[in-house]
Amino acid sequence: MAKRSAPEVNAGSMADIAFLLLIFFLVTTTIEVDSGIQSKLPPPVPDEVEPPPIKQKNIFQVLVNQNNQLLVEDELMEIGDLTEAAVAFLDNGGGEGPAACTYCRGERDPASSDNPDKAVISLVNDRQATYNMYVTVYNELVRAYTILRNRESEARFNETFEKMYLRYKEWPETEKETPEYDKLGLQVEEIQDLFPLKLSEAEPQEG
Amino acid sequence: MSKFKKQKSGDLPAISTASLPDIVFMLLFFFMVATVMREDELMIENRLPNANQVEKLESKNKLIYIYIGKPSAQYQKTFGTTDVIQLGDKISSISEVQTYVNSKRNDMSEDIQDEMMVSLKVDSNSKIGPLTDVKQELRDAMALKINYTAKKGDPMKNMNR
Repeated sequence: MAKRSAPEVNAGSMADIAFLLLIFFLVTTTIEVDSGIQSKLPPPVPDEVEPPPIKQKNIFQVLVNQNNQLLVEDELMEIGDLTEAAVAFLDNGGGEGPAACTYCRGERDPASSDNPDKAVISLVNDRQATYNMYVTVYNELVRAYTILRNRESEARFNETFEKMYLRYKEWPETEKETPEYDKLGLQVEEIQDLFPLKLSEAEPQEG
Repeated sequence: MSKFKKQKSGDLPAISTASLPDIVFMLLFFFMVATVMREDELMIENRLPNANQVEKLESKNKLIYIYIGKPSAQYQKTFGTTDVIQLGDKISSISEVQTYVNSKRNDMSEDIQDEMMVSLKVDSNSKIGPLTDVKQELRDAMALKINYTAKKGDPMKNMNR
């Protein structure tokens, strides 16, 4: 008998195997996109510099104690009411003369903040409080700013600030030289200047 | 004419699928190489809280990760059960934060060093104490852009668990 060539292995199912693996990897791997609340830390302060004086009425005190209780302006408060209280404080516009706020729609209570530029939210937290509580409080305070920015943005540009900001951030890289992009940037800046995010975190209390 | 008719008669020749596996394998390898599973091996519990005022983070090469949380079960013997800080692949002490941040920053290319951001991945049940210490260290290291990494969701759900 002559040498018989070995029978060819059927490679038809190879594709199926490879496809199976491919689909497995396609399904299991998620390209994770993290998201989070942006924040900026104050630069380190030299000891001899005195902090600038801020009028008591322009400070909105938020305190979280070790039992995760929320104390706002020395009164116990439920977390659900925090945003509303912060909005009322920021939007108060009680100032007169040069400190007056033309776009505020608050109660203009002279005992509360002069204008959003001067209003400072001070957040103090106990070391024993949980991160859960901290993030929630922080989130609610940022939300107060977002609500106000949205309102002004809708009044001026007919678009919520959130949408506008997202559009600005996700502008295609190749078209950043256009006047539309610059205009949008100015709009975003304008709204941000109306309600600047002034969230101060004091040195934490020892627990 | 007759030439064409001749070819039609008889079975259609099967299209060779022998190269199909090669194509698919190529795709497979692409996905295997391109997808990154996880940045660091976590040695701590790390359940992120919910928040709704979130923004997407910058691209990964501008980010430095700092994790805070309880050591996970197999490390509790060595590191105890109080909240610890994890830098890179290992659990570290607070004094190492500045060195870590600075060395990471030096690894970045010069033009993006200013855009560096620190992503704080803190377990939702941990205490604020370590986080506050880390933030102090970051201030001293002049790493001022930070991000409280959170899941997009209803923050009110944080409270009842």
